Amino acid sequence: MLVDHAASGQTAQKHTLVALVENKPGVLNRVASLFRRRNFNIDSLAVGTTDDPKVSRMTIVVDASRTSAAMVERNLYKLVNVIDVQDVTHLPTVVRELALIKVRVENTQKRSEIKQLADMFESRVVDVKTDTLIIEMVGDEEKVDGILNVLNDYGILEVVRTGRVAMTRGAAHVVPDQDDVAFSSNGHSHP
Amino acid sequence: MKLTGAQIIWETLLQQGATLVFGYPGGAILPAYDALYDYRDRIRHVLVRHEENAALAADSYARATGKVGVCMATSGPGATNLVTGLANAMMDSSPIVAITGQVSSNLVGTDAFQETDVTGVTIPVTKHNYLVTDVKELAQVLAEAFYIARSGRPGPVLIDICKDVQQQTVEYEPITSVKLKGYRAIKPMHKQNIPGLVTDAATLINAAKRPIILAGQGIKHGGAHGELCELINKAGIPVATTLLGIGVLSEDHPLNLRMMGMHGEAYVNMAIANADLLIALGMRFDDRVTGNLAQYAKNAKVIHVDIDAAEVGKNVPTDVGIVGNVKSVLQALIPQVANGSHKDWVGTINAWRDDTKSRDVLAQELPDNMLLAPHVIRGIWEATKGECTIATDVGQNQMWETQYFQHTRRNQLITSGGLGTMGFALPASIGAKLGRPDDEVWAVAGDGGFQMSIPELATLVQEKLNVKIAVINNHFLGMVRQWQDLIHNKRYSQTQMWTPNFQKLADAYGIKGLRATTQSEMRQIIAEARATDGPVLCEFVVEPEMNVFPMVMPGKALDEMTRRQPAALGTGMDAIK
Repeated sequence: MLVDHAASGQTAQKHTLVALVENKPGVLNRVASLFRRRNFNIDSLAVGTTDDPKVSRMTIVVDASRTSAAMVERNLYKLVNVIDVQDVTHLPTVVRELALIKVRVENTQKRSEIKQLADMFESRVVDVKTDTLIIEMVGDEEKVDGILNVLNDYGILEVVRTGRVAMTRGAAHVVPDQDDVAFSSNGHSHP
Repeated sequence: MKLTGAQIIWETLLQQGATLVFGYPGGAILPAYDALYDYRDRIRHVLVRHEENAALAADSYARATGKVGVCMATSGPGATNLVTGLANAMMDSSPIVAITGQVSSNLVGTDAFQETDVTGVTIPVTKHNYLVTDVKELAQVLAEAFYIARSGRPGPVLIDICKDVQQQTVEYEPITSVKLKGYRAIKPMHKQNIPGLVTDAATLINAAKRPIILAGQGIKHGGAHGELCELINKAGIPVATTLLGIGVLSEDHPLNLRMMGMHGEAYVNMAIANADLLIALGMRFDDRVTGNLAQYAKNAKVIHVDIDAAEVGKNVPTDVGIVGNVKSVLQALIPQVANGSHKDWVGTINAWRDDTKSRDVLAQELPDNMLLAPHVIRGIWEATKGECTIATDVGQNQMWETQYFQHTRRNQLITSGGLGTMGFALPASIGAKLGRPDDEVWAVAGDGGFQMSIPELATLVQEKLNVKIAVINNHFLGMVRQWQDLIHNKRYSQTQMWTPNFQKLADAYGIKGLRATTQSEMRQIIAEARATDGPVLCEFVVEPEMNVFPMVMPGKALDEMTRRQPAALGTGMDAIK
């Protein structure tokens, strides 16, 4: 549903948009092309499948200080393969990001220090080698930023972050409009 | 019924009522052309001389008829040549369907001969596009393409069809309905209470002292000409039109102020700058109509009605934004609008209008041998009594057309607005003539734009189209030269232009060529061209360094115009430079 946040006067630095799109070749290209063409500033874009194999779900984080989230939403709607868009910024939402962090391990003592830190952040060690560890961190961006900050002292070798994914809490959910109707395929437009 | 993919293309076109195609054959589209041979009695194919002109002619045909225009090209260079025409249709919201051949599906992605990623190339310049690699999808895709092109805010849709898909056979059932999961012709803003917003709009209108309507092409697409007229007659609100809005209201209506913007008449822009309410109907506040946005209509509240939600609030903040078909919005609005005349406001505007009249170039007493482009436009208008369809090119010729041709018929001007595509006039006149065979059709171009599409003279002759062509020859790329004159200290960098002998050129194409260098010759050759059965190429050699005024210089506010001299102050060249 297209909600006019621009008119409602609500402001937030980062807007989270959830878009359901048809799972067809080239759809990501269309979305990326739109952002580039309109000069939209996007912080992150996460794409994945849903319970319906014909539908993919995108979570898009817009830097609202530079780009109007409402304009992103309205332009996304113009893409024929975009089924629905919802700005969930002002809804109760679970927001998560996954990060894999490879850290240098100089000696056994450092290893147990890093392990302790990982535990404090409720993250997991998923790979152990003599001189490295890989930590799997799940949380919101702040939490991921937090662990990166403390691990920096040990020497981070590699980081991958998925970007934000989001889901509204409770019964509210992003679903396609139910007003799907079939259109007559011929006939002309206006005189 | 078993049909090949190629046959399905033509069957679908017939089903959609598209019996005219502008195109150019080639390797990857050969099967479609082979099948066309069997449909040649039912579908007219116009063989253009360059694919760009197929798209531009289809665009113009769509504007002239309200139907979807169709163009066709082969893969690779054929398809990439369409791009400018697609961009033109995208910017001006023209419904066209472009069909291109693609290399066979097993070769896609191998850099095969004449392979280009056409769907990739055209994403930003189409409303939607398709690559068809499976013949079973073809009929459905074609039906969807026509529906998407013409519905909502119209636009171009491209279908790239692999050669093997055209050759394969499949069971064909005519598609009678399309169901698109994500597409809505109109996507109203959620929680948008349209009746409430219409009432808000009426409240603003009824309270306004200096309202003005900004009418755009959306009125035409929505078929809301009648509603617009009803609204202004009831409420007494003056109307300014965009370039593409010309023809949504007769220009002899006393409340029609005519075109606004960079080359709009001064009183129109002054009216907008001094308004306390802008009622924008089916227009998008292009930079050429607003001038400097920060200073645009500073004291005005804004009502914006558009079918495209992404246009509302894009450039100009709105007080009341309504996403919807302008016709149905106006139908709801009119009963709530109070009767009025805005006598003082209209009186003020008319005083400005009188001042503009005193600066009319055509009011100058100029010697007969001094032929100006405005004379030519006015000459065509007087000779035709305004009863013709006119397709213009881009630049000075286009702006003078808007100023000196009084458009009294609906949608009689066909011009490239948003993209400003030079070379538009000739292919557009071909599309217009085929769409309106009983209408007198004039192409008006400068010597620059005309030279971009000269090859289409052959199309005109081959198709026996009775189009009159006016080439206004100032031996310059006039509008660019004007900017160099006014902004770049007269450094005429690459704007002087040699032109061929147009009469000999016409002769080579077997059509009549006429030439005028004076005002009286101008009137004579227009009369002779009109009396001739068949196409005529008229060359008007005009004053080379005349500028189009008024002009809102880049970065200036809309009412900070560079104006024409009052007639009393200047004569001859002083008056026009």
